[in-house]
Amino acid sequence: MSDTTATVNDESEQQTQTAELDRVVIRLAGDSGDGMQVAGSRFTDASAAFGNDLATLPSFPAEIRAPAGTLPGVSSFQVQIADFDILTAGDQPDVLVAMNPAALKANLADLRQGGTLIVNTEAFNERNLAKAGYESNPLEDGSLEGYRVIKVPMESLTKEAVKDSGVKGRDVLRSKNFFALGLLAWLFHRPQEPTLQWVEQKFASRPEVVKANVSAFKAGYNFGVTTEATKVTYLVKPAHLPPGTYTNVTGNTALAWGLIAAAHAAKLPLFYGSYPITPASDILHELARRKNFGVRTFQAEDEIAAVGATIGAAFGGALAVTGTSGPGLALKSEGISLAVMTELPMVIVDVQRGGPSTGLPTKPEQTDLLFALYGRHGESPLPVLAAASPSDAFDVAIEAARIALKYMTPVLLLSDNLIANGSEPWRLPAIEDLPDISVPFATEPNGPDGRFMPYLRDVHTFARPWAIPGTPGLEHRLGGLEKEAITGNVSYDPANHQLMTDSRAWKIANIASDIAPVEVEGDDDASLLVLGWGSTLGSIRAAARRARNRGHKVATAHLRYLNPFPENLEDVLRSFEMILVPELNTGQLRRLLRAEYLIDSEGLNKVAGVPFKVAEVEDKILEMLKR
Amino acid sequence: MTTPTYTRADFQTDQEVRWCPGCGDYTILASVQNFMAEMGLPKEKIVFVSGIGCSSRFPYYMNTYGMHTIHGRAPAIATGLAASRPDLSVWVVTGDGDALSIGGNHLIHALRRNINIKILLFNNQIYGLTKGQYSPTSELGKRTKSSPMGAIDWPFNPVALALGAEATFVARTLDMDRPLTQKILERAYRHQGAAFIEIYQNCNVFNDKAFIELTGKEERVHNRIDLRHGEPIVFGPDQVKAVVLRDGRAQVVDRASVDPAEILVHDETRPDPTIAFALAQLSHGPHGPTPIGIFRDAPRATYERLMADQIVDAQQRSGAGDLAALLRSGGTWEVE
Ligand code: SF4
Repeated sequence: MSDTTATVNDESEQQTQTAELDRVVIRLAGDSGDGMQVAGSRFTDASAAFGNDLATLPSFPAEIRAPAGTLPGVSSFQVQIADFDILTAGDQPDVLVAMNPAALKANLADLRQGGTLIVNTEAFNERNLAKAGYESNPLEDGSLEGYRVIKVPMESLTKEAVKDSGVKGRDVLRSKNFFALGLLAWLFHRPQEPTLQWVEQKFASRPEVVKANVSAFKAGYNFGVTTEATKVTYLVKPAHLPPGTYTNVTGNTALAWGLIAAAHAAKLPLFYGSYPITPASDILHELARRKNFGVRTFQAEDEIAAVGATIGAAFGGALAVTGTSGPGLALKSEGISLAVMTELPMVIVDVQRGGPSTGLPTKPEQTDLLFALYGRHGESPLPVLAAASPSDAFDVAIEAARIALKYMTPVLLLSDNLIANGSEPWRLPAIEDLPDISVPFATEPNGPDGRFMPYLRDVHTFARPWAIPGTPGLEHRLGGLEKEAITGNVSYDPANHQLMTDSRAWKIANIASDIAPVEVEGDDDASLLVLGWGSTLGSIRAAARRARNRGHKVATAHLRYLNPFPENLEDVLRSFEMILVPELNTGQLRRLLRAEYLIDSEGLNKVAGVPFKVAEVEDKILEMLKR
Repeated sequence: MTTPTYTRADFQTDQEVRWCPGCGDYTILASVQNFMAEMGLPKEKIVFVSGIGCSSRFPYYMNTYGMHTIHGRAPAIATGLAASRPDLSVWVVTGDGDALSIGGNHLIHALRRNINIKILLFNNQIYGLTKGQYSPTSELGKRTKSSPMGAIDWPFNPVALALGAEATFVARTLDMDRPLTQKILERAYRHQGAAFIEIYQNCNVFNDKAFIELTGKEERVHNRIDLRHGEPIVFGPDQVKAVVLRDGRAQVVDRASVDPAEILVHDETRPDPTIAFALAQLSHGPHGPTPIGIFRDAPRATYERLMADQIVDAQQRSGAGDLAALLRSGGTWEVE
């Protein structure tokens, strides 16, 4: 947080000064029942409406109802707002809101030295302190010196504020997140309207809740004004973003919308077969709400049935999609191989989380890359794409569908927990600019004597024709047994199996000629290229920018296509002296590059269930440049 | 649309049928092809989906659309197809290992959902394709290569399992009884929703005469209980045996020993599957008197209809999907 100017505020707040900042990172932390995600999202939307650029990073406990007041029960929401185009949710919070001792304990280490700490003092009682493992009260023992602490008796103030609302009993304290939000709105000069409007819409059927939340929000705001909770308030001015209409979107929502858009662009009905799994379930939820787009969502009995039903829907002529996370992808593996063998178009979404096994279901990792490429039996190649940010998930979903349909192949789309639940402002695309990705179904026999040849390939794409049931004269049988080229009859012939294996491989490899080349950003004449894929985009670009600001030359590139690689990738790699590949795994992309091109690179690898801090990537860049 | 006129040959493919000579599958194939030709179903609207096993080769021999898939998953794949294409007639061909062991989960879920697929379970009580291991319907104590001292797994009773999953159409037939099989196929076809047909199928290579008590000239008259809707359940030589409900279960009694009013009258349409389940429990294996025919044909809303209705409903309520509006639904702001 860099203070630039300090100005005296308007007359009503004579005593308080306003400092202008170019960016600030705020983290709200509390029990999972404290409404921190709601408060964070509301702050985010108000900031978006105000015109800041921003990025968010929610963090949930894996347990839905972890014991209240304990460290495992802490839920948090981090947002960075800026007056320029930022790329991540920030390394270190400048402001931390701690609703109880556990939230303080779990998050204090991340707070910047000298940062602002807003605490709900009434939660710091003996019981809660003990639950969080504090031997003495940090609010009193001097351990918070070095931070600017704003102590707020949030519970009694909330109770007082909502006493006339009609909300009773335990529900009264549920509004305290809005009290905290009101205080933040004052501290950061946020507009109040977006929040108040949201409350009114969201709780329209429960007027007493509207009243309680509005009162608590205003009480929080006024608490700031009247007590002058701090001498300085902060202003982050609107960012200069490209003109357009913006919305704030999470990756799961953008992905779901991308699938709907892809179906629209393909002129096909969308079928989404899925089994509930963190962190992919929100895609299912979003699509299930959109039945008016003709979307069919199928909540299957298990992951295997989800991919099975998706194969069935693809055979029937739908834009067929299944979504899951790592453990579910493992279960789908056999089904995906059937889709490879039958050469049916479908998209498989893997929202990666910490593994192996149940691992860290609510934390991000990039550890499924090799699994996505190779996690099937037999030689079963398929295209693999990765989204790089929440809004990018929209475009990647359409691109995955395009490739699936054009090349008659299953396509694997990788997202991760950071993209899925993180959000960023997104300049809305014009619907008319969506590509036409429709592919005609086969309607006429393509073989001699009016016979249909299901494996007679297109000479350019090597795709086989898509003839859907209901088409007279094109009756044919698909299956998992190896098929004879052209006729599609079952074949055990050695030469045919070789031919079909080669054809399937060539078909996928050939897609390289139909995808965007990898682009180099930054200094072309740099000696160092930082290459990434997936959700590390923000940290990598921000780190490179910081290194450049220090006078270094650095180039970056980001891969959307992990299989096949873009045709120019080898040339790009060879044009740099050094290559750094930061990944949230133990070096999976690096291994692929070496295998493919015999080019060595250096890794920056972390498997801790948390994203890269910009500083970590920056330090590595500086270290390499010093050599 | 005019009904096409077909003969059985129209449903045959140019693929050589590769079951062992004498296998019960041949008869079933003939019954299915005959039924389809007689029904005059447009063959482009028919899809056969199968899993893995001897029976699962079936789609290759039907000149319709078809997919020979992976072990146990046919009901799931057929569900996706039937849910997204309610205009099709989707048939699943599966076996006892395929449907009841590796694919047990998909079977029960397809049945409870009442998705419009017709499941033909060829039950030969053995693993044929993998050369003779005991299956989930093999009788207790069965000696096979994988159970040299006798199987210790209690077997499934497929009809009882389907009824337990509250399948809305449940029937049992015999490979050799082509008229009954064709009649049941037709009823299954007309039934709205999931249909489950267990077909006792002789595997003359690995489990010959498993159903001899129902098919043998001598035995069958004593053991075959033909279920007829609306009629009292009687069987045996000169119909001297009857089925009654006593002590909370179905029992076989001498007809002469009971008041005729006590004899159970078969009703396929009972909304509650309890009595059908009791009938299914009359035999296990099958050993002794065993009901054959339609156990249950009770109406219930189908999955694909409910799914389609929700789409219509959503469109009436919120209008047909407008992509531009969707992208703006989370609130927007303008940057000049
Ligand atoms: S092994 Fe048995 S079931 Fe399989 S084809 Fe031969 S006889 Fe038929």
